[in-house]
Amino acid sequence: MSQWEVVIGLETHVQLLTKSKIFSGAATAFGAEPNRQACAVDIALPGVLPVLNRAAVVCAIKFGLAVGAKIAPRSVFARKNYFYPDLPKGYQISQYETPVVAGGGLSIRVGEQEKFVRLVRAHLEEDAGKSLHEDFHGKTGIDLNRAGTPLLEIVSEPDLRSSAEAVAYAKALHSLVTWIGICDGNLQEGSFRVDANVSVRRPGAPFGTRREIKNLNSFRFLQQAIDYEVAWQINELEEGRAIHQATVLFDPASGETRAMRSKEDAHDYRYFPDPDLLPLEITPQWIEEVKAALPELPQAMRERFQADYGLSAYDASTLTATREMARYFEETVAAAGKENAKLCANWVMGELAARLNREELDIAAVPLAPALLAGLIRRIADGTLSSKLAKEVFEALWNGEGQDADAIIEARGLKQVSDAAAIEPIIDAVIAAQPKSVEEFRAGKEKALNALVGQVMKATQGKANPQQVGELLRKKLAAN
Amino acid sequence: MSLSLDEVGRIARLARIALTPKEAERIREELNGILDFVAQLQAIDTAGVIPMAHAVDVVQRLREDCVTEADRREDFLAIAPEAEAGLYLVPKVIE
Repeated sequence: MSQWEVVIGLETHVQLLTKSKIFSGAATAFGAEPNRQACAVDIALPGVLPVLNRAAVVCAIKFGLAVGAKIAPRSVFARKNYFYPDLPKGYQISQYETPVVAGGGLSIRVGEQEKFVRLVRAHLEEDAGKSLHEDFHGKTGIDLNRAGTPLLEIVSEPDLRSSAEAVAYAKALHSLVTWIGICDGNLQEGSFRVDANVSVRRPGAPFGTRREIKNLNSFRFLQQAIDYEVAWQINELEEGRAIHQATVLFDPASGETRAMRSKEDAHDYRYFPDPDLLPLEITPQWIEEVKAALPELPQAMRERFQADYGLSAYDASTLTATREMARYFEETVAAAGKENAKLCANWVMGELAARLNREELDIAAVPLAPALLAGLIRRIADGTLSSKLAKEVFEALWNGEGQDADAIIEARGLKQVSDAAAIEPIIDAVIAAQPKSVEEFRAGKEKALNALVGQVMKATQGKANPQQVGELLRKKLAAN
Repeated sequence: MSLSLDEVGRIARLARIALTPKEAERIREELNGILDFVAQLQAIDTAGVIPMAHAVDVVQRLREDCVTEADRREDFLAIAPEAEAGLYLVPKVIE
């Protein structure tokens, strides 16, 4: 296995977040009854003409800016010709020689390794309808609601060298397109679909023959499909057989890839410029307008989090996994104070994330406002709350009890007692009541101190600061 | 450039057009005529000329992103050869 190098390039179909279709005024909402959102243009009645949706172009410009690509001042729509019943025109309107976006790339992280994956291009095109193969008296049912839905097809260079890198790239791309608001990112509904071009070669040798795995709509399937395909290709080559270029499908049930019946001439799409559509012009001024409205990008935000808040690369990348998460963190820091940024990061990634996870909630639906969490964090930072008490207050805040952390602390009398004068009598009493532990500690048994601290904490109902109690105990035991 | 009858057959197949041998021969002559014409154009030096994507030198007008089309499913299904449960029915397609 080790003498083979894996080469992967991904083609991703990103469904753009527009209200209407790319070339018609029909709705794009998911889940409508069959054919209720397919107008005369979408079903290709004679005489209809496509008119390009401005919002779809804006999405493409946003993406181009986000990946540092070139945005073509003039790009052309082409017809990709093939016959299939869910493609009523007999051609798909796509872009061929002059795509709207060219070049650029994005950074991915696999473990500690960071890698830049180059992009070839991204082009606008329309989606096809759906074929339903359940039995309609031996016929196939066609639903054209999806026909004409705007897609951005994003093509990477074959820069990926493992299934783990392919998944990291797909996740980074998914995070980016949802971050800039051009895609809802819903994998189950097919808003983000990946085709993987996979080949293997001896290191340093020219690229091997690739096979294309079509239509993967989960990161797990992407990983499984590539792993299976790679093992299969290596086995074929090692047994002296050649790999033939093919399109394959992944079967999640068996975990295998298998070749689709190869259609003769299937790849002869006879592209030509669509005479129904004039060239698309994108002026520098339009690009500037879109740029001005673009949110801060995840990469820039990660760098800022590290520089401004002193967070680790790991923390910064976890907190920028989604825009909502990043926004929540920043609002918490704004209210808790920059000096408490690390504490805020720990609580957002720790207690809050765990709680959201447990209740299967998205951070967008979090019941706890950032300002409330910040109020709690301030009371941890100033020593009012021990971490144990903080968790209790967090629980109460989550459940909507009390106006804020201070009100809960007040109502429940949870204040950590850090006044030495108040704790000392309790410590004295514990020392007097636990001669055995005292003796053990004096004989050099460190652990005995923990037992004494525990007794003090118990006597104060957890309100003492355990660290301070430890120090006071040491001092007293050393003095006597 | 001259097309063979096999190539004509392939082009016809891609376009889903059935040709009799006699028709194929006639179409071959017509296509060769077109290709000769293209060959004349290709002889011209076009280095530095931006490829023309459209005969009219204007740019695409864009549409605002609004839903303007009402649901006319029943009308459309009524003119289809066969429909059921809101779906257009076609001869079975299996991948």
